[in-house]
Amino acid sequence: MATYELTSPLRDDDLVKLKAGDVVKLTGTIYTARDAAHKRLCDMLDKGEELPFELEGAVIYYVGPSPAPEGRPIGSAGPTTSYRMDAYAPRLHSLGVKATIGKGKRNAEVCKAMQDHTGVYFGATGGAGALLSQCIDDAEVIAFEELGPEAIRKLTVTNFPLLVVNDSHGNEQYAKPNYDL
Amino acid sequence: MRTIKADEIHDAVTELVLTAARYLPEDVKQAFADAREAEDSDSAREILGQLLENADLAAETGLPLCQDTGVGVFFVEMGDEVHVEGNLTEILNTAMKEGYDKGLLRKSLCHPLTRQNTGDNSPAVVHVDIVPGDKLKIKHMAKGGGSENMSRCTMLTPAQGWQGIKDFVVRRMAEAGPNPCPPTIVGVGIGGTFDVAPSLAKKALFRPLSESNPDPEIAAMEEELLAEINKLGIGPMGLGGKTTSLAVKIEMRPCHIASLPLAVNVQCHSSRIKEVVL
Repeated sequence: MATYELTSPLRDDDLVKLKAGDVVKLTGTIYTARDAAHKRLCDMLDKGEELPFELEGAVIYYVGPSPAPEGRPIGSAGPTTSYRMDAYAPRLHSLGVKATIGKGKRNAEVCKAMQDHTGVYFGATGGAGALLSQCIDDAEVIAFEELGPEAIRKLTVTNFPLLVVNDSHGNEQYAKPNYDL
Repeated sequence: MRTIKADEIHDAVTELVLTAARYLPEDVKQAFADAREAEDSDSAREILGQLLENADLAAETGLPLCQDTGVGVFFVEMGDEVHVEGNLTEILNTAMKEGYDKGLLRKSLCHPLTRQNTGDNSPAVVHVDIVPGDKLKIKHMAKGGGSENMSRCTMLTPAQGWQGIKDFVVRRMAEAGPNPCPPTIVGVGIGGTFDVAPSLAKKALFRPLSESNPDPEIAAMEEELLAEINKLGIGPMGLGGKTTSLAVKIEMRPCHIASLPLAVNVQCHSSRIKEVVL
């Protein structure tokens, strides 16, 4: 297991070397989006409208943060469960998104899209929102403000701690349960 | 009759909401520390260490433990000699809203179809039991969506019995895998009617980690299920390890001769529970 320091936006060169189980400290810009924002983004794509951020090289963080206290850019900001965004992720990967950050399993379509378009799925520690918020230096709502916690935010992060859960070669880091599902 | 003023309940509940979101119960923190000692896997120890660090940081800074500050759930035990000045459900709702505002907690409730946020985390979920005495006990849980989504209920046949219950619960936790933020606490409701089994499962989650069901037979069932779930090897955040669940809590009551209602309510590791007695 290797540790890498990466800067977003990400390029294919950054990602092909990553293997499931590697640790990544991510610095740069990432965009928050969860259920409602994904639906809106895909509705905009259907209508041929321009999206509120550049998808090429983008990292999307599945999070709905708590409100920011005075003097801080953001409140608690840990990952939400990712499978709910599986319906949207393959399309976004095909349009240039390089990585998503969340927790929990992805479906086969998302894993295939990451292989086809050189993408990765990062896990962040669920339920450690206070801790993870310390790596966020800046947060700005850039779209869908009316969605409150579900609005799209542009975050600037430093050494955000991530684990490669699914790499672009078809490997997954989650333990396979000792159970015949 | 003993009268309890609305203001007194309001202030106590606002405080409950604030403290539940920020301070992880001591027994849960101890369970993380014990699990970290017991784990052989580096990733499991790393995750459990992060959770302990997160709990300390939340307590120091006042940030909520988790950004998902949940649905405000209240289980009330109201003494039959208590008279509440005002409408208890309204008092709980108003106090909860104030707590979520003051604590900078996330408002996470929305219309099921339009997904329009209600804007104030209302409505609270309120269960009231009438019990003997002149006290008002209010138990609060901030229930996150990720683990709630992994919960299930079913109507087994009487023939399926205990084996059927074990199969359903263990399979559910295997399917849930990393999604509900393990190590989890598993609430199991057995019996009642279709609507009652899930309430029993949720009620079970209020029991302190070290407290088994007072019925020794049910306590043994809790142990058996916990051992089976931990054999799955899912581990903290699904990355493998011995600690998939910290505890299984079962609540049971009689059911119809035709039925065996069963519910599994999954609680993530961030078990935010507090109670007050007035």
